[in-house]
Amino acid sequence: MTPIRFSPSSLREGRWYEYLMRFALGGAATVFTGLVSSRYGVSIGGLFLALPAIFCASATLIEKHEIRRKRQAGLAGERRGKEAAALDAAGAALGAIGLLAFAIVFSLIVESSIPAAFVGASLTWLIVSVSAWYLRRKMLSVRRARTAGKTSGPAISRSR
Amino acid sequence: MTEYLLRFIVGGLVVSAFAMLGDVRRPKSFAGLFGAAPSVALATLGIAVYQHGAGYAALQTHSMMAGAIALGVYSVVVCHLLVRAGLRAAPATLLSLVVWVIVAVGLLTLAGGQT
Repeated sequence: MTPIRFSPSSLREGRWYEYLMRFALGGAATVFTGLVSSRYGVSIGGLFLALPAIFCASATLIEKHEIRRKRQAGLAGERRGKEAAALDAAGAALGAIGLLAFAIVFSLIVESSIPAAFVGASLTWLIVSVSAWYLRRKMLSVRRARTAGKTSGPAISRSR
Repeated sequence: MTEYLLRFIVGGLVVSAFAMLGDVRRPKSFAGLFGAAPSVALATLGIAVYQHGAGYAALQTHSMMAGAIALGVYSVVVCHLLVRAGLRAAPATLLSLVVWVIVAVGLLTLAGGQT
């Protein structure tokens, strides 16, 4: 099981304009959500709280960084770049489960206590997302172990 | 005008903070969790609570649930377009936005929300 690691060196790979672009996209998505809410109503506006606008920029940057790293090593890196972006997307799919839990908890608590709604919903997002990620990883490693067992072929067939 | 400037700054800061948190995490699939962080939601809901009250923010999170399910479907579609169709990240993520809109609006309509 690969542990979760902290890798501050990854921040050095980013260029200043990439951070600026993410800031601008984040700001634009928040302004857009506000505009939609005031023009089309709270119901439609609420949908855009889960808009994957930032994800588009993040996945593109991840692919670009991976290709840049591989090219420095003399390789094309396009396939590796796509794989890195796909891994990011797989993580985002699990994070979306956490985002759903965030919305449920926030809507249940906010009318009783506003600070508790923000803290509780954020913690719920973190716990649900990390648990979903851990569970998926565990399932993948079990499946890999089974496949490896079948490929190597036990001398005596085991009853299940 | 001031409201939208505030939205832009708060949204930009919260999104950048979550994006940087994702950047420094490994493995990559774990870092991907931060691609679905409630960054825009936290900024927007904070302003919504301040301006319109808790009831308005609660209504926003009701339809946000449909958006979150759509985000899950969107991420799976992006993953398949990258791995199976061999598309690059930019076209895969942009094309899949159509899927997000269809699923989000479809779910909201099914739930009886105003469209």
